Amino acid sequence: MVENRPVRDFFAHAVLLAGIVIVAFPLWVTFVASTLTFDQIVTVPMPLWPGDQLVHNYTQVLTAGSEKGSSAPVSTMLVNSLIMALSIAIGKIIISILSAFAIVYFRFPLRQFFFWSVFVTLMLPVEVRIIPTFKVAADLGILNSHVGLAMPLIASATATFLFRQFFMTIPDELAEAARIDGAGPMRFFFDVVLPLSKTHIAALFVILFIYGWNQYLWPLLITADESMYTVVIGIKRMIAGGDASNEWHLIMATAMLALLPPALVVVLMQKWFVKGLVETEK
Amino acid sequence: MEKRVVFKSAWLPYALLLPQLVITAMFFFWPAIQAVYYSFLLQDAFGMTSQFVWFENYAALFRDSHYLSSFKTTAFFATMVAGSGILISLLLATMADSVIKGALVYKTFLIWPYAVAPAIAGVLWAFIFAPSIGIVTYYLKLLGFDWNWIIDPEQAMALVVIASVWKQISYNFLFFLAGLQSIPKSLIEAAAIDGAGPFRRFWTIVFPLLSPTTFFLLVINIIYSFFDTFGVIDATTQGGPGDATKVLVYKVYYDGVKAADLGGSSAQSVILMFVVVMLTVVQFRYVERRVQY
Repeated sequence: MVENRPVRDFFAHAVLLAGIVIVAFPLWVTFVASTLTFDQIVTVPMPLWPGDQLVHNYTQVLTAGSEKGSSAPVSTMLVNSLIMALSIAIGKIIISILSAFAIVYFRFPLRQFFFWSVFVTLMLPVEVRIIPTFKVAADLGILNSHVGLAMPLIASATATFLFRQFFMTIPDELAEAARIDGAGPMRFFFDVVLPLSKTHIAALFVILFIYGWNQYLWPLLITADESMYTVVIGIKRMIAGGDASNEWHLIMATAMLALLPPALVVVLMQKWFVKGLVETEK
Repeated sequence: MEKRVVFKSAWLPYALLLPQLVITAMFFFWPAIQAVYYSFLLQDAFGMTSQFVWFENYAALFRDSHYLSSFKTTAFFATMVAGSGILISLLLATMADSVIKGALVYKTFLIWPYAVAPAIAGVLWAFIFAPSIGIVTYYLKLLGFDWNWIIDPEQAMALVVIASVWKQISYNFLFFLAGLQSIPKSLIEAAAIDGAGPFRRFWTIVFPLLSPTTFFLLVINIIYSFFDTFGVIDATTQGGPGDATKVLVYKVYYDGVKAADLGGSSAQSVILMFVVVMLTVVQFRYVERRVQY
């Protein structure tokens, strides 16, 4: 601190606390609502202190879905979300680390062409090409499947770029030494490059896991079957319309279940998360 | 940037690239080409026959007042989301940078909304602002303010802006905090010795040094408000009431999926692709400049 000003320090803490309270308010209301009965929620104003329905509401959604509408259990949706998030994260990391390795450590015809054709995919999010992508998925017969949920979203260049940038910083002496010792490229990849990339892999994993878990438009389009819903889609399907007619206590319990896994990943793996965020956007 | 030491193999690099190339070709190039192709087609009402109509779909779009107003809606939405998101995060980051005690705790409590899916963020805010049972609606009513985003276009817009900004604050906050922490303390101290007060120091030293971060976040926030907010809007207002919150990406989805207008929706996709490419080019030119500093 430049000066010692208790008033300004106090002001800073006050602003930060106000920020935290405002940011956390919707989460608190959601949590409280997920522990109340339906009747308690629709009494205006609803209580702001947790009720005693926590176990009941969560058991209900996890095992049997909502009471009136869709009866798909949220536990199935959570499994679908987990499969989707993990396949996107792991799939992207594997294909990107391999292609980045090829681009950095080999000279071959059309290298620049391949590099740029991967590079342009950075620019276009799936939202702008949904309908043709949907047709491709339909032609391949992967609608309503885990493969269909994950595969189209693996096509992106962010991870390839991150690995490329990182490989450029690996000292040439390492590759030279490996070559002198008679190690082939794949041996070099597994014994040197992969161990050195550990922290980058961890950071990317956190970012991609959240990205995959939170996907919305694509799963909305290709999952017609309740058993394939991800939890984010499941919530959307529970909201029927009129605000007082929704089973808010169950919707809010599902919302808590949907946001807790990625939020925990962010908070518990904060170091990797920040690193991943800053580096993927470089 | 090239490696001096490389390996030699006639087939291995292709084999390593293959998975990524196959997926990119299947789910990126092929659909993108098809989007361009469809945008030149006019289908009959039953989707049985289609006719090549050159730029007719594009011309029709620019004659369509709904489409033009969607541009305006998107521009307003993006300005609000990017502007207020950046201002709030800058304030919070400046404060977090100045406190010594508890900085890590504040950071932890401010970054978690990043993990919340846009659609869930929409549901959360729609619930506390719900017209008949929402807790904030209740307090607003006590203050004599009638809140109903289901029928009021401006309030619907306010709701989707609030939910979108809330989700994005953590992202902006982290980048601003990193930017602030990289400013040498000696500069600030020198200004303080010369008698500059905190506000003067902020505007003449901190803010100019943060401008690369601010510009970067501006582009990222605009792209965010163009695409990622689809979930917020679909889970809350669904573009309504009327067309009040029908931003461009929502219209692509609505016209293509709900109204099954393949040509029109594809033409809109192509225009959107063009907009994103322009934004990305701006960003990359700027990033290159930053590297030269």
